[in-house]
Amino acid sequence: MEFYNAHILSVILFTPLAGALLMLLVPRESENAHRWLGNLFGFLGFAVSVPLVWKFDEVADLPAAYRPFHFVEQAAWIPSIGADYRLGIDGISYLLIMLTTLLGAIAILSSWSAIKSRVKEYYILLLLLQVGMLGVFMSLDFFLFYVFWEVMLVPMYFLIGVWGSDRRLYAAIKFFLYTLAGSVLMLLAILSIYFNHAALHGAAGGCVLKTVHEAYTFNIDVLLAVAPSFGTSLQQWLFWGLFFAFAIKVPMFPFHTWLPDAHTEAPTAGSVILAAVLLKMGTYGFLRFSVPMFPNAVTNPKIVAAVITLSIIAIIYGALVCLMQKDMKKLIAYSSVSHMGLVTLGIFVLTPAGIAGSVIQQINHGLSTGMLFMIVGVLYERRHTRLISEYSGISTPMPNFAAVYLIATLSSLGMPVLNGFIGEFVILKGVFEVNKMWAAWGALGIVLGAAYLLWLYQRVMYGPVTNPANEKLPDLNFREMACFLPLIAICFWIGVYPKPFFRVLDAPVKKIVMQVNPDYYNRPVIAQPVLPPPRGEAAPGVAAEGK
Amino acid sequence: MPTWAQFMDALWQGLPLIKPQLQLTLWGIGILLTDFFLEQRHKYWNAIVALIGVAFSGVELWRLRGVEATGFNGSILVDSFFIYFGFLFLAATALVILISVRYLEIEHEHRGEYYALMLFATVGMMFMASGYDLITLFISLETMALSFYILVGFLRQERRSNEGALKYLLLGAFSSGILAYGFSILYGLSGSTNLGDIANALAMRPLNDILVLLAMVTVSAGLFFKIAAVPFHMWAPDVYEGAPTSITAYVSVASKAASFALLMRLFLVPFWPVRANWEMLFGAVALATMTVGNFAALTQTNIKRLLAYSSIAHVGYILLGMVAMNQTGMQGMAFYLFAYAFMTIGAFTVVILLRRKGLIGDELEDMNGLIYRNPGAAILMLIFLLSLAGIPPTAGFMGKWLIFWGLIQTGHYYLAIFAALYILPAVYYYLRIVVHMWMTDVTDPVRPTISPAQWVALAAAVIIVLGAGLYPEPFLKLATYSVILPLAR
Repeated sequence: MEFYNAHILSVILFTPLAGALLMLLVPRESENAHRWLGNLFGFLGFAVSVPLVWKFDEVADLPAAYRPFHFVEQAAWIPSIGADYRLGIDGISYLLIMLTTLLGAIAILSSWSAIKSRVKEYYILLLLLQVGMLGVFMSLDFFLFYVFWEVMLVPMYFLIGVWGSDRRLYAAIKFFLYTLAGSVLMLLAILSIYFNHAALHGAAGGCVLKTVHEAYTFNIDVLLAVAPSFGTSLQQWLFWGLFFAFAIKVPMFPFHTWLPDAHTEAPTAGSVILAAVLLKMGTYGFLRFSVPMFPNAVTNPKIVAAVITLSIIAIIYGALVCLMQKDMKKLIAYSSVSHMGLVTLGIFVLTPAGIAGSVIQQINHGLSTGMLFMIVGVLYERRHTRLISEYSGISTPMPNFAAVYLIATLSSLGMPVLNGFIGEFVILKGVFEVNKMWAAWGALGIVLGAAYLLWLYQRVMYGPVTNPANEKLPDLNFREMACFLPLIAICFWIGVYPKPFFRVLDAPVKKIVMQVNPDYYNRPVIAQPVLPPPRGEAAPGVAAEGK
Repeated sequence: MPTWAQFMDALWQGLPLIKPQLQLTLWGIGILLTDFFLEQRHKYWNAIVALIGVAFSGVELWRLRGVEATGFNGSILVDSFFIYFGFLFLAATALVILISVRYLEIEHEHRGEYYALMLFATVGMMFMASGYDLITLFISLETMALSFYILVGFLRQERRSNEGALKYLLLGAFSSGILAYGFSILYGLSGSTNLGDIANALAMRPLNDILVLLAMVTVSAGLFFKIAAVPFHMWAPDVYEGAPTSITAYVSVASKAASFALLMRLFLVPFWPVRANWEMLFGAVALATMTVGNFAALTQTNIKRLLAYSSIAHVGYILLGMVAMNQTGMQGMAFYLFAYAFMTIGAFTVVILLRRKGLIGDELEDMNGLIYRNPGAAILMLIFLLSLAGIPPTAGFMGKWLIFWGLIQTGHYYLAIFAALYILPAVYYYLRIVVHMWMTDVTDPVRPTISPAQWVALAAAVIIVLGAGLYPEPFLKLATYSVILPLAR
């Protein structure tokens, strides 16, 4: 227990790995043993992360300036280059970690009957993927971060390539190469940050490795503090260096083409993980690195205009493309482009509401899109087609499914009382403070979102059952229900009482905004209401003069 | 003229410094002798004797650690650079001996000369790393090359092997000629064959002296041939494809590492005064090498040819360390060569596993469904390929990382960007092999088996590849030993 308290993050990180290693030893013929073990470790991975909820509750209110990261663990790893095994979380990564462990367990649970071949490798790879994603969100060392960032590509590649549908090889290699293209540029940017930080401290000259200069460090705490003092043009170069990696991952508009392929071809659990967690690594990268490290770049009007324009194009374009889709999975994939566009819009307006809202919206997107992909998976498992035209009137044979699907749809399109509304509203509030036009575009995207999601629901669920194959579809079984219910509960929780979520975000968001947009806190938060002057007294202008 | 007594003195003073090479030579001759008495089914004893020889040589090398001395009137220099590369050569030789035994039995070419020639080649390589005199270096280079010409053509019944050997011999002789020409200019310029004296003489000359440039270009051209850098890479695919697979691994690892050792020694000592001139040259060659290697590998259907082109691309990366030319770059080259040795030998070992009677096993199709036929081999191959591609946490990633870091430190941003982006085509063609192993149905149901010796080699390779990726610290420390004059000063 003592060990657990001191190393809670490591325990969360390595529980899935332990599961994967254990499963390696079980012979591949005993498929059910692998299913049980996979689910056990999936659930265990979530269970060990649950105590984080109240542990984090105790530290959530500490101001970020005092201690930005909690539960920090540190051990020397590669002293000769200054890379450490260093983990720690703040409010942003805390929420994303909880999302990852929850969705990881549910994705594993959801694939019990969907995966029939090569069960052993499937569960091992899902667990390894989990390790990679958790590592990305926990790392406080840039080198470690990069290692996890790339490690995660390999299991995902196999998940798409082995268990995907018809064009899986194409989708898998496209996913791998696109993401890698961004990553290698990020690697160079990381090296430049590392090198320039050392150069600032006079260690650049000799580069003597035998006696490592202490300025050679990948410590994110240190680099976060030092990077803003780099020269403006260097900051802009580094910003673009990191930008591609994160923008491809999010994915932002011109870099999104891998996503529909990967999502469509991946098995259900793969799509769920891709949409719910993998995409968040990009936005997490923006929040953790791009924005706070390079304030001179992200406040540069041209860069802001470029990024915001791309975000708005993603919102509108993604939504319009959704309206045209014949394939359910592809539609939901493109809806991710649109929703993530809103998230990046929120991040780059650099207001507390925009950033906090975008974090919440990341969680929302993970929950609702994860559910939507599982819904497609449920239908696919029964009918082996994803074409919308194959379905109609499904609510008749599958009433429970209809209810779940409706909640997921409403959550995704931003219905009040459900989570999506909270995120979108707060983002739009943050955007509105900066530029009303941008907010209008964002709102248009939400309207379009309602259009394509409801139209999809209408085409699939309502009307008469025209296809005889659909008449006797079995409703959700207990296991499938168990996948959806926790997510639905959290959707309502965020929708009704989002305060705990915003509370943990206060400190990190304030820290980011202080770094890039300190003026924000200097102006009055609430405009003073102008009351009509009481009768008989002087006009307000005169009173002001009198003061 | 030195007197007889002086000569004997120099000999006795120098002999302790070449004990590792002496051991190898004696054991190699021993193999040639005992081979006569061995029946065909006992030929594996040759491999055991060769391994013992390597082990003894390793012990002698270990005893020389920390020694910094010259011998034979300055023609041999023992320093940490030599020790590092010596161990690298010995490790590569040991691994290749392990993977050769069963392969040669299948090929019906199990002869003692094979192991003896490997040991003689190793002697040549060790002198390439420790030589400090043009004559010594040239002779050691030829010792290595001659052994390899024979080894490449060792499958006498195979046309491809004969063709590869002939190509290697003709082009190798040609490049040696160019190299010798460069050496003669160096001698003409300085009046000495000692590298240190040459460095001093060249430092006296003006920077853009045409003779110095000529020497530099001819010497580097000769060496570029040996390391298979563009535009002198044409021999590599044919030789790699034709040679016995174990020798393919050996050529691509050990001969390359030795040639790089020679290259580093020559360009960091005699040519150091004119470094401004060769920096550009090496940058251009490295870029061309990466380009050709990576793009030519994309369409290969033969695994050995694919790995040949990919090894050309790796040469480009390693050369970038010369462009960076600082401590990190040197360390990166040493580390990269080290990592490259283990991951390449590992990958070729898996290719060797597919060889059986009636199947050469070097086509991509022969890999189909390996995960069903031999999951262990498929997983190991995946790890080696990811390492070759430079995906963490593997040794290959750390090697690339060090090279990139060296480039960033010295301000070669554009080269770094190109080098980094060239990982993409590399990943593409390595993943093609993975697709055949993991995502294609079995076309040939025979399950490849792994002999105990191959297990040892595979285990050693995978432990190093993953170990140097997950915990690179000790390996990085080791690589610092290879950083030599004049940078260490």
